[in-house]
Amino acid sequence: MTTIDEQAEIDAQWTTRMRKSLVAKLPPEKLLPDRQPAYMSSWIYVFGALTMAALSVVILTGIVLSLEGPAWWHLSSFGHFVNSLHLWSVELFFFFMIIHLWGKFFMAAWRGKRALTWATGVITFIAAIGAGLTGYLSQTNFDSQWISTEAKDGINAIGVGAFFNVLNFGQMLTWHILVLPIAVAAITLLHLLLVRSKGIVPPIALEADGPLDGGEGGAA
Amino acid sequence: MSNAALIGALINLSGPGHYVHWGFISISVANLVVIGLMVVTFVAAIAIPFRRKGGRS
Repeated sequence: MTTIDEQAEIDAQWTTRMRKSLVAKLPPEKLLPDRQPAYMSSWIYVFGALTMAALSVVILTGIVLSLEGPAWWHLSSFGHFVNSLHLWSVELFFFFMIIHLWGKFFMAAWRGKRALTWATGVITFIAAIGAGLTGYLSQTNFDSQWISTEAKDGINAIGVGAFFNVLNFGQMLTWHILVLPIAVAAITLLHLLLVRSKGIVPPIALEADGPLDGGEGGAA
Repeated sequence: MSNAALIGALINLSGPGHYVHWGFISISVANLVVIGLMVVTFVAAIAIPFRRKGGRS
């Protein structure tokens, strides 16, 4: 049995304070809700989840490719197949992400204190473009040689060639399989937690009728 | 090129790429097709009714 002093000490611990703060910001029923607002009955709301599904395939196939190495993805049938899965899941990732972006842009999805949600989406998009470029450079074929010699002029023109040298294969591979995937995955996770915390943005017409909490009100 | 090598692609990808030039804009047909597909998918996502369980729209 804890005394009043012990309880006060427990309440003052940083772990206790952090847990209470996190649970208050994102209670489990908001993190994994049972129902969604009625206004989400449209296919346009599906594209964020589709983007994350594609990203999962990108990461899983990328892990396999990095473990097996270039000779495997160039020369074996299964290596070719996994390499193609990696490429096409990236194509779908960008395809779905851009439709998600258009949808959220026309909804003005930064409304209702959701600016950070929008900003994390923008940063993910930029990091993903970098991951795409370094991915092309990591292929170890004539394409990657051509793209790197073309890209070096652009990168030098903006003055960062000394730090981000597209002709340095080892550096580009590290960016592609370590730095940028961690950035994309971490910011996507933050983006998702912000979406769950703030709720899905209500349509402009609904909001005009009065304040709405996107995560709670009008459950379908 | 062997027939087996061509099975992987719907069209022959061995030739040089095709480009559309419009003023200062120059874009490959492949990229233009992908952008067109994205626009079509975007419009379809808004226009096609989203049916939920129980047949309610």
